[in-house]
Amino acid sequence: MTQREHSAEAAQDFTGIDRAALLAELARLLPPDALLTAPEDLTPYECDGLSAYRQLPVAVALPETEAQVVAVLKACRAAGAPVVARGAGTGLSAGALPHPQGVVLSLAKLKKILRVDPVARVAVVQPGVRNLAISEAVAPLGLYYAPDPSSQIACTIGGNVAENSGGVHCLKYGLTVHNVLRVRAVMITGEIVEFGNHALDAPGYDLLALAIGSEGLLAVVTEVTVKLVPKPEQAQVIMASFDDVMKAGEAVAAVIAAGIIPAGLEMMDKPATAAVEPYVKAGYDLNAEAILLCESDGTAEEVAEEIACMKAVLETSGATEIRVSQSEPERLRFWAGRKAAFPAAGRISPDYYCMDGTIPRKRLGEMLTAIYAMEKKYRLRCINVFHAGDGNLHPLILYDANVAGELERTEAFGAEILKLSVALGGTITGEHGVGYEKINSMCDQFGADELRAFHAVKRAFDPEGLLNPEKGIPTLHRCAEFGRMHVHGGNIKFPELERL
Amino acid sequence: MGGDLLEGFRSRILERKPLRLKGGGSKDFYGGPLAGEVLDASSHAGIVSYEPTELVITARGGTPLADLESALAARRQFLACEAPDFGRATVGGAVAAGLSGPRRATAGSLRDFVLGVKLMDGEGRQLNFGGQVMKNVAGFDVSRLIAGSLGTLGLILEVSLKVLPLPVADATLRFELAQDKALEAMNRWAGRPLPLAATCWQDGMLTLRLSGARAAVVAACQKLGGEALADPAAADFWFALREQTTVFFTGDAPLWRFSVPSVTPPLELPGPQLLEWGGAQRWLRADLEASQLHQAAAKAGGHATLFRGGDKTGGVFSPLSPALMEVHRRLKQSFDPYGVFNSGRLYPEL
Repeated sequence: MTQREHSAEAAQDFTGIDRAALLAELARLLPPDALLTAPEDLTPYECDGLSAYRQLPVAVALPETEAQVVAVLKACRAAGAPVVARGAGTGLSAGALPHPQGVVLSLAKLKKILRVDPVARVAVVQPGVRNLAISEAVAPLGLYYAPDPSSQIACTIGGNVAENSGGVHCLKYGLTVHNVLRVRAVMITGEIVEFGNHALDAPGYDLLALAIGSEGLLAVVTEVTVKLVPKPEQAQVIMASFDDVMKAGEAVAAVIAAGIIPAGLEMMDKPATAAVEPYVKAGYDLNAEAILLCESDGTAEEVAEEIACMKAVLETSGATEIRVSQSEPERLRFWAGRKAAFPAAGRISPDYYCMDGTIPRKRLGEMLTAIYAMEKKYRLRCINVFHAGDGNLHPLILYDANVAGELERTEAFGAEILKLSVALGGTITGEHGVGYEKINSMCDQFGADELRAFHAVKRAFDPEGLLNPEKGIPTLHRCAEFGRMHVHGGNIKFPELERL
Repeated sequence: MGGDLLEGFRSRILERKPLRLKGGGSKDFYGGPLAGEVLDASSHAGIVSYEPTELVITARGGTPLADLESALAARRQFLACEAPDFGRATVGGAVAAGLSGPRRATAGSLRDFVLGVKLMDGEGRQLNFGGQVMKNVAGFDVSRLIAGSLGTLGLILEVSLKVLPLPVADATLRFELAQDKALEAMNRWAGRPLPLAATCWQDGMLTLRLSGARAAVVAACQKLGGEALADPAAADFWFALREQTTVFFTGDAPLWRFSVPSVTPPLELPGPQLLEWGGAQRWLRADLEASQLHQAAAKAGGHATLFRGGDKTGGVFSPLSPALMEVHRRLKQSFDPYGVFNSGRLYPEL
């Protein structure tokens, strides 16, 4: 192999690839219905859940077996072609955005639950299995898979591994990295490797932790062993109203200070409840500046004890109204509004842009106040839903892509939120990933030495830089350019990308 | 503060001679043979920040683990993975070794609680990975890679760890059970919504720890039966297990650690055994061929470590596949290009 190792300094050039030869080789390796090359067949793959960024790939490969995944990777490597792995395409950071010179490797056809072991409490699944399908399959055993990203009906476990997905229950139950025991994957060389195992740890470096959240940059997942946990006997949620967002933020800290880790602790501001209430009729207090949803789960005794304690804390923290769900339908109704925030945003605005910064809990009120000021500055509305328990923010900036300049203002608004997240001691992404979208914001969070180290980690797995290039980790050249753009007014432009 | 100290570390590293990183020296027994000149990092100590409502503590690598734990206990919080202190561990050493205590199967491992790491790499650069927040997917998860890397990738300057509230209530129950029955019971209970915290089986006796809301612990005790072991005896038992000061762990026979799926049937190996983590961690006192034990563990779907004592020439840790070893070599090369840090402590090749 004569390919050059990719470097941290500048982007690679893939324009010299012999497309015809690559397509012929893929056609030889895959069954006819497992390779898409016609433009109309490629269109559904031009973007993921973040549709502002679109790009057609050279081809889409849909392998049906691990052996075909191996063959596709070997062929792409021989051709020096980029490979973008894709699950259900629900990602929100353009992590699955195709590369113009590359192949999209869809794992959607690998969708079998291979084995469920109720005694060991594990399930072995293929990467294309949907997150919720795992919990549904093991529900009769009294078990479930804990991470529950809001896209769980559609998103796949392979995608969850790539993004280290969270959900509303991760403060208590952890992220994907805490709930996956083993990942089987194919390296760009075609070698099959296993990170982790069915024990609780593995010898050597913790490559499992490195692989989870690696956004398809290190290897392609072909099998995942997930941990299953017993379904709590019971769950109850408190809905508390506050007349001030700062007070609501302080109440979040007070609950934690009381020694409780709630199963879920979510916050919505007034514009958010106003947006969702007509849509779901959850019974939210529309006069409140912010509401908190605070859930306890466990045995009946545990829930009763925690709910009483949390209720007392919320009252002391100045809640103006408190309601405790009295039945399972009522609990689900309280949650329905929170879970419908994204579709509700889509209902009240032609377009919306979801941010994903995480900050220390105590800065929540401060961040909200800053966002309200940014709404004026950028002349755009923003509704705010937060995974308050772990400080993860999902401001939804409302815009209309058909109005000239609104998308650019939206991006600048979003970038300023992310910059503030870093300044407040947090991060640009809590659970959605960097992907293509936040690649410039990575330059705000990390210095050149860290970025070089990330590129070196990438090279340790994929020396030629063929797996999902130009995602996740910016080149130093890119950061230099981005810095220069900052000076020129903060507008980020990606001329190589079509916009909608 | 610490500027001169860090400059001192840096200049030692820039000499490009093999160094043996040392915190409290409490785990000198662990891993491959010790090599290189000692770099004592214990003076780079102190808690940098601790805010109980953020559930995060940040401490310098040389901070005694005991100091960190007492700061947490004062605010009714703790490090739920229960990393062993072995008398004088430092925070940096605990993270480098990546060892977890009795609660690991239910609360999570040390790596699970690592949120951020500040590292000095093999070229003397200070690198910051992760941070102080619970959810952070910006960049590769290098902080968790550092946990358990035995100091082979760099000198740990600072660590941020997630902490949890101390459980409100706690109970310890005992059941007389043979090993196979104990394994069956531990796996069955783990599949039910019970406030399990830790398990230990030895010599026909299963000891079970429950932690959580008071009502939940009381209800679980009623459901499970068994014989209650009261405090302080119960607390002493779990502490001694974490610190490996019980009779099982003393004496000269090599101590092997098996990490296997919890449902693995009793290992047919000669020598006394002690089981933890619901059956997923099994200790064996035996002077047997390393290759034999590595194979036995691999057959069960796990791995074995010569944890303490014995002949290390047969390999301390289970061997890696060639593809994984190649990734290890490249990672080592990128963080420590001149082979300065803890050479041979994890694998002879690293």
